[in-house]
Amino acid sequence: MGSTSAQNNEGLGRRNLIKRSAALGLITVPTMGFLSACATGGGGEADNKGTKKPEGEKSAKNPLGVKKGAPLEAFIFKGGLGDQYAIDAEADYKATYGAAVKHTGTQQVGPKLTPRFAGGNPPDVIDNSGADHLDMNKLSTQGQLQDLGVLLDAASMDDPAKKIRDTIHPSTLEKGMHGDVFDVLYYAFTIYGTWYSQKLFTDKGWAYPKTLDEMVATCAEIKKAGVAPWTYAGKFPYYVHFNLFAQIAKIGGMPAWVEIDNLEPNAWVKNDAVKVVIEHYEELAAKKYFLEGSQGLTHIQSQTAWTKGKAAFIPNGSWVENEAATTTPEGFGMAVGALFDGGAGDKMPTASLRAEPSEPFIVPTKGKNPAGGMELLRIMLSKKHAQNFATKVKSLTCVTGATDGMTLSPGLASASKVFGEAGPNLISLQLQEWYPALTDEKLGGLTGQLLTGDLKASDWIKKTQKYCDDVARDSSVKKFKRTA
Amino acid sequence: MQHGKYRFIAGFLALPLIIYAIFVISPFIQAFQISMTDWSGLVGTSKYVGLDNFERLWNSDDFWNALRHNIYMLAAIPVVTLAMGLFFAFMLNVGGRRRKNEVVGGVTGSKLYKLVFFFPQVISITIIAVIWFNIYNPDPQDGMLNSLLGAVGLDSLQNAWLGEKSLALICISAVMVWSNVGFFVVLFSAAMASIPREIYEASLLDGANRIHTFFRITLPLLWDTVQTGWVYMGIIALDAFALVQIMSVNMGGPDGATDVMPLRLYQTAFRDSQFGYASAMGVAMLVVTMTFAVLTMRFARRERIEF
Repeated sequence: MGSTSAQNNEGLGRRNLIKRSAALGLITVPTMGFLSACATGGGGEADNKGTKKPEGEKSAKNPLGVKKGAPLEAFIFKGGLGDQYAIDAEADYKATYGAAVKHTGTQQVGPKLTPRFAGGNPPDVIDNSGADHLDMNKLSTQGQLQDLGVLLDAASMDDPAKKIRDTIHPSTLEKGMHGDVFDVLYYAFTIYGTWYSQKLFTDKGWAYPKTLDEMVATCAEIKKAGVAPWTYAGKFPYYVHFNLFAQIAKIGGMPAWVEIDNLEPNAWVKNDAVKVVIEHYEELAAKKYFLEGSQGLTHIQSQTAWTKGKAAFIPNGSWVENEAATTTPEGFGMAVGALFDGGAGDKMPTASLRAEPSEPFIVPTKGKNPAGGMELLRIMLSKKHAQNFATKVKSLTCVTGATDGMTLSPGLASASKVFGEAGPNLISLQLQEWYPALTDEKLGGLTGQLLTGDLKASDWIKKTQKYCDDVARDSSVKKFKRTA
Repeated sequence: MQHGKYRFIAGFLALPLIIYAIFVISPFIQAFQISMTDWSGLVGTSKYVGLDNFERLWNSDDFWNALRHNIYMLAAIPVVTLAMGLFFAFMLNVGGRRRKNEVVGGVTGSKLYKLVFFFPQVISITIIAVIWFNIYNPDPQDGMLNSLLGAVGLDSLQNAWLGEKSLALICISAVMVWSNVGFFVVLFSAAMASIPREIYEASLLDGANRIHTFFRITLPLLWDTVQTGWVYMGIIALDAFALVQIMSVNMGGPDGATDVMPLRLYQTAFRDSQFGYASAMGVAMLVVTMTFAVLTMRFARRERIEF
């Protein structure tokens, strides 16, 4: 029989000691692991300064002077567009230069490459896209990005008489600048807008609305037919901003939006278009025009609800056709509409469209083979690979006229149609690019509540202005300015 | 022989200690150093800024918001998890109906239950998060929880779960409890097995019922194990990173309703490229975790019972 006796706690028994040290071990392991996660070795930068970059003979076929046999490392964002298009281009590189190409497809460009930039051994070419991308402004100011001017002045693969600069869209050239240096090549073109199924609209006899008020009226009809008028990716509320911000720019005009991008005081409050647009969203929420539960859906789940016909409209970008391909039924007729008109006082004309150069490719200066990195981009900018991109991932590239005469998939055909109709009235926004913490976390939180009806339009505007003012005052956030 | 003993021991320990010092201790100390710089994480250079990062942290609403959520979780999750773990372990080992030839035993089928309870512990936390994220899918047809509620006629309880500001943190906490209860059932079961049957026998002869035996015998004799479990669960509640990062709407949303300190740290480091500030958060977290552990050890101490 075991004897039960209470004992005074004098000193530590052996058993007790083991238990305590075990408990202490439990504490130290996670905390240390946690802290060590943020500690990194600085330095490592100096080692790379002396090394010589491989150089080859420059020729008409090889204007960048790529060295034969020098290995290349490519880091490609593997998201909605996949990474097969890059692998195809790498195959051509491999065939031409007989060099090994190390390819990594990932969704975590930032976390994986931050330590490599800090250590001075980044890869040679990077597709810096996705939610976890690297801060290119920081990289640019720190001189980590190769000036791609050489690439722009190199001859095009298709026509040696033409420079690359003349084959790509002007807004790509504009957007890739940091100060006076062109160091980011936005390979693709993303068309943002309101996406819908042409088949659903034809079957039900609805027409794509032209104005905001028509849109609300159409929503009433859609709801009556038992379909939710809108859905959105509530888990990533910045998807809503694709339309919301652009709509403000369309009605209020670009100069007023530039003030918002520049974080100027009262830029939101004094812009009447903000009120018009946000109040429309408030109305959609009040009339329950959003698919129930949208606030908890991922982009994939919301797109699936949409391709299944549970909702009619979805704010999205042109990658959706590729991303939703597996769930899209035959004959869905994916289509995108331009921004809605607000009224007679609109500062930008009908058919204005948000079209952004996207998929930013960068070539690090400290990579082992920057010439090879640029050469891969030159290969991708050829007509052959631009068309391959259009076929494979159903998206436009910055290469002008590359898809002329091709048979395009429905979504891409619709996107290039509205792109053509918009003409010069293209809207390009910087706010999210420059201040992702502000737009995605802070404004995203507000928008999420606006769409569930938990936040009034006037409060959205007030709080948005406050968050922007906070960032404007925060000296730890680097500021950017644009003039147009 | 005696004189060479220490050299002998040191010879064996040197390598592991060096590895430990380089890969664990040095980054640990470095975190303190980095927390006083404005290091961006992208280049090898940085500027010394003293305690600026800590001052910023003190004045940051976001940080206090995240810390508050960690404290809520710290207050609720260990209690619930341990209480459930204790209850189940008791029922599986002691709480069953009296049978022949056995003084105490578990409920019928207890062996199977023990196995089943341990399942979540075997699955990686990432997979648990993804599974539960889909269970919480707000779609009335595709979402498992919502469609289940709909099927039994409880449509009024259907919800956006993770998308609902007032429910999101509770939803994530529930997953944390679910994934950890099994471990404590097994841990407490093992501890209960070492309690002499005679004690139960004696108390049962004296007419004690199941509730009495639990509070008068089982719990006091398990106290040390419970205390260790408490610290362990507390640390898990102070972390919560993986679940929140994968499950929560808009990374710590809706509107910051599920933000936790480690997520804030991660965002500051990898999204905002402010490693210096993020390290300051890491140091603050260390202080919070240590305080919790020390307080728990200090105040949970009881007279030990030898048997």
